[in-house]
Parts: sequence; structure tokens; C-alpha cells
Amino acid sequence: MAAVTEAPPPLAPPAPEKKPPRRRGRWMPYLLLLPGLLWLIVFFALPMVYQASTSVQTGSLEEGYEVTWHFATYWDALSEYWPQFLRSVLYAGAATVLCLLLGYPLAYLIAFRAGRWKHLIMILVIAPFFTSFLIRTLAWKTILADGGPVVGALNALHVLDVTSWLGMTSGDRVLATPLAVVCGLTYNFLPFMILPLYTSLERIDGRLHEAAGDLYARPFTTFRKVTFPLSMPGVVSGTLLTFIPAAGDYVNADLLGSTDTRMIGNVIQSQFLRILDYPTAAALSFILMFAILIMVTLYIRRSGTEDLV
Amino acid sequence: MTTTDNSGDVRLSGISKTYGSFTAVHPLDLTVPQGSFFALLGASGCGKTTTLRMIAGLEEPTGGTVHLGDQDVTRLPPYKRPVNTVFQSYALFPHLDIFENVAFGLRRRGIKGVKKQVDEMLDLVQLGEHARKKPHQLSGGQQQRVAVARALINHPRVLLLDEPLGALDLKLRRQMQLELKRIQTEVGITFVHVTHDQEEAMTMADTVAVMNAGRVEQLGAPADLYENPRTTFVANFLGTSNLIEAEVDAASGDEIVLRAGGGKLSLPSGRCGAPTATGGKVLVGVRPEKISLTHAGDAGAIPAGRNRVTGRIADASFIGVSTQYVVDSPAGTALQVYVQNVDRDTRLVPGAEVVLHWNPAHTFGLDAAQDIQAGVEKVEPQEGVVA
Repeated sequence: MAAVTEAPPPLAPPAPEKKPPRRRGRWMPYLLLLPGLLWLIVFFALPMVYQASTSVQTGSLEEGYEVTWHFATYWDALSEYWPQFLRSVLYAGAATVLCLLLGYPLAYLIAFRAGRWKHLIMILVIAPFFTSFLIRTLAWKTILADGGPVVGALNALHVLDVTSWLGMTSGDRVLATPLAVVCGLTYNFLPFMILPLYTSLERIDGRLHEAAGDLYARPFTTFRKVTFPLSMPGVVSGTLLTFIPAAGDYVNADLLGSTDTRMIGNVIQSQFLRILDYPTAAALSFILMFAILIMVTLYIRRSGTEDLV
Repeated sequence: MTTTDNSGDVRLSGISKTYGSFTAVHPLDLTVPQGSFFALLGASGCGKTTTLRMIAGLEEPTGGTVHLGDQDVTRLPPYKRPVNTVFQSYALFPHLDIFENVAFGLRRRGIKGVKKQVDEMLDLVQLGEHARKKPHQLSGGQQQRVAVARALINHPRVLLLDEPLGALDLKLRRQMQLELKRIQTEVGITFVHVTHDQEEAMTMADTVAVMNAGRVEQLGAPADLYENPRTTFVANFLGTSNLIEAEVDAASGDEIVLRAGGGKLSLPSGRCGAPTATGGKVLVGVRPEKISLTHAGDAGAIPAGRNRVTGRIADASFIGVSTQYVVDSPAGTALQVYVQNVDRDTRLVPGAEVVLHWNPAHTFGLDAAQDIQAGVEKVEPQEGVVA
């Protein structure tokens, strides 16, 4: 902490007149970098190193831990918890797809059709952030409560038959099922999808739509050939901003799910806080990080876009 | 294509556009014949672009109809109209390369094997080697040619150009004007060109419609508009005019005699667009380059039968090919005179007493009820018309 609260480097004392005036300009970029760099070193790089070393330690809480380069912890963790890893990817993936399906039309509307309502709708998109993440997720417990109106309506519309068949719900319950967790994830991360989508749609020159229409493209073709490709940076950054935090999330699975819907975040949380098996928890964290890193790299390569919003 | 084919005619009947209480285009009748190069000329906000967009289908008219040849296209969406547009600042698709930009229209109509056509079109606009570049890698002039190629490759019945040269620098603009004119002659398609640049309109178009405040002020061949403006707006917007307030002294046969600033001026009655009752007011116009300037000491040498105005030189600017004089006279202040620099009279300096004289046939008469300043460009000085 001391390193961070350290006062910014004092400004250069009134330099003797002879010094070349460019000197200060040369150091300026480094000066500007310094606060952020210090922050990252103290709160990101050092903990990472610490975690990495924890993950290859052995021992116990009573006798103390020692670095023994015990890489087998990684393998053990993976072989024991792979179902939770898989589940995290599936839930986060489903939530990301749902966010895209819900968010794209809304972002499109805000960008092109909302007119003077644009700002109001934008505020409504961000409005949930005024309440705590935890409270909002808890509210979904009430929304999806057994015998509540939502579950009743879904039941009446036979939606639950379909989701049951897909293994997303069981019987006429929604709470404590995968569907509830995916719904919670979708709800909580939707704004992170909408905002980048909106930004990239809003930047599209409206005359390109006119030009496409003028060149015989019907409205849907214009969307497919012009609007959607040009919004790809927003789609990519929106899906990343949704998928990455959703894959590591544990609050939704904890509050809306059951023991059958545990995601990797829940496992890491309980290893750290309840079982107190720090090496396994640290190893799981690293596996999750690398898994996401690999998936994201492949994804960005495939979508062939570098200029993320 | 032959001249008897009228499928490329554009016929606007009573077409109008209002936005709320603002009328962008007043009911307008206009026929652009097949194969012509037609320019809609006017200052920004005069309704010329709205008119063009109504032909393209990008704007729905409030009233009236649009016909292409015999087909009523008023209610057709743009993608169903056999019309293509070269947009202001081009609107090239930034995510597609040049080849795909040009092929876009063909692909949308499901045409197979577009490669040969696209390559030919790119050669026509001399961009063959840039086919695989993205629009942002090209210069402004090259992008402009892509925009033209992308529209022309569809063989539209009418090509609409919305200020296509506005973003280019002067030299490139001249070059592209000639280029577009050449292409138009080659492909024989009807071109409708919107511009605020009067020189561009006169260089390129066969017919120019001068628009002002949502109405067509006058329509005709460039030379005809220039020589015989019928409104003060046209007289001032198209080049420069000297307009002198005068009073009808006598009208007889084909000559009207007017009084202005203590002198008399003659005006052919065929060139007067105003009522000529004796004592009535008329604006007498004459272009600056039609006027000769003679030092007062040589006034005796001026041939008889020419209109004369005496005055004093207020300002003289040497342009090179010509000299522009500003002369104050009892008939009017700040009269413009352009004199070719053939034999320069060194006595013609500010303060010198001079006689302006010109052939009465070059005089035109306008209704004095109009704003004498209408269409005067305040910002940029006229260039080009000098030479």
C-alpha cells in the first residue's frame, strides 16, 4: 500500500536556464505512466506471482505451506472439477448468446430509430447499476419463485416443457435450475453487451444504408451485408465483456442455482474460503484464466477484428 | 442508345417536399430528357439535394409524381428503382475492398460472374491495380472514381450525382469535371448533377436549372442562362452582374430607352423581362466583361450607339489575364468592369475619370420589384469567370 499512496514524483525543480527545453517533454510519457504502472504492479502483478507460487505449494494450514513445485495440483484440480469448468463455459456461453439476441435489437433501436428518446433509453440501460449487483440478483429469487406468476406463465405457455426436455429446468421449478442461473447471468451482464454494440452501431454512417439501398439491397440485405459487418467490433467486444466475467461468476450460481449448477467460480470460492485448500484454489484460478485466454485468442483470430471498441 | 428512346427521361410533375411547416421544395415540374447532362444549381438549402433524393427514392415526396420514362416510380423504394447515386463524400463501404464495392450492385441483383464487368469498370476509371485495396487507402480523387464506377456498373437509366466533387481540391475538381463529362458522353446515360458551384454546372451540363428557396428560378443552356438571366438571383448567382436601377423613358418598337444617373441607356425590348410602361422602374443589367473602359479624355473616340455611363475608378486589381475595376458612377456604385490585358492604359488608376460603354445588345432588363442583391455570393470571390 505504501508504494501506491506514495506522493507523485515531485515536479522537476526550476531547472537551470541552459537545459534544453525538450528534456521535460521526453520524460512526460513515463511520468504519466507511473501511477497506473505502480497500481498494476502492486495490485495485479505481485498478487499473480503470489498466486502462482501458492498453486505449486504443498503443506497444510497448521504446518504452513512450502513451495515444492508440485504441479500435480493442476492436474488433480482439473480432473476433479472439469464438470464445473465445462458448466461455466456452457452457462456463460448461453448467457452471452442470449445477451446478444436481446441486446442487438435494442442497441440497433437506440442507435438508429430512437430519435429524441435515445438518451432516456440509454439511461434505462444503465439504471440497474444504481442498485447493488447482489440485491438485483436476490430480486430474481423472488421473480422466479416457485408458484410465482413468472413460473406460472412459463408453465401455461409450455415453455417449461421445452426447457425441461433440454435439461435446463426440472419439473415446474425454475429456481435452482440451470435456466435460473443463465437468466441471472444474462440479466446482470446485458448492459456490457448493449453499450459496445451501441457504440459501434452509432458510428456507422447513415449514408451507407442509403448507398446500399440505392445499390439494390433490400433492408434485410443491407443489414446482413453492411450494418452487421460494420458492427462486428461491437459484437466482439460485447461478447467478450459478457463471456469473460460470466465464466468466472459465482454469485448467480450461488443465489439462483443449486449444488447441481455449481460453476467454477463457486468451486474456487469454497476452496479459498471454506475448505482453505489454497494451492487447489490458486491452481483452479490459473486454469480458468488460461482457458479464457485461449478461447478469447481463438475467438478474436476467427472474427478477424483487431480494433475492438 | 438513340435519342428516340425515352426510358431515361426523368419527369417530375408537381413534386414537392415539406418538413413540418418548412417547404424544402415547392411544387416543381421538370423534364430531363434521355441522355442529357442536367445540373441542379443553387446555394445550400435551396432544395436541390432534396429534389435529387426524391428521384433516387431516398426521400418520399409530399406531393406530385416521379416518372422514369413511362414508369411511375413515385412509390418505389430505392432498391427497386433503375437509378444509382454518387453520394456526397461517396459513402463507400469501408469494410469491403474496391472490387467488392463496385460489385455490390451486381451481386444484389444476383448477377453471376461479375469479375469481368468489375475489372472493365475499374479500368474505365483507371483503378485496375487498386482492386484489392480498402477505400481508406485511396486518395479523395480515387475514392470519387470508385463511387462513380460503383454506380455506373449497374447501367442505371439515370445517374444521380450529389455534389460529387465537393470534397476535392480545385485542380482535381477540374480534372474530374472533364472526366465525368467524358464518361457521360461515352455511356450516354442521363446524368442529374447537383452542385452549388456555378462554374462546375456551366462546364459540365447541357441544361442547368437554377434553384432558389425551393423553386426553379430559370432553366436553360449554360450560355443562355448566363447571357439572358431573367431574375436578379440568376444574374448574380451565375457569374457577376452590374445591376443599375433605371426608369423607362420611352419604349418604341424593339428598343427601350431608359434613364439612369442622368444618362440614357438603350435596351433591346426582347431582352427585357419587366413591364415597360413609361416612368416604370427597370433593373438594367450588364456583365462586367462586356463593358469597355475609356479614359474620360478619349471619350470622343467612343463609337456612337453604345451605352455609356461616366464614373470614377474606385479600385483596380491586376489579375494577370485581366484587370478588375470597380467604378463609382451616378448611375450606380461599385460597378464591376473586367478588362482583358491587351493594351493597358496606364491612366486607368483609382481616381481616374472614365466612361464605361458597351453594346446595347448586351444589356438585359429585369423586374425592379426584386431584391437587387439576391444571389450575390458574400463569402468567396468569383473565380474563373474572369478569364
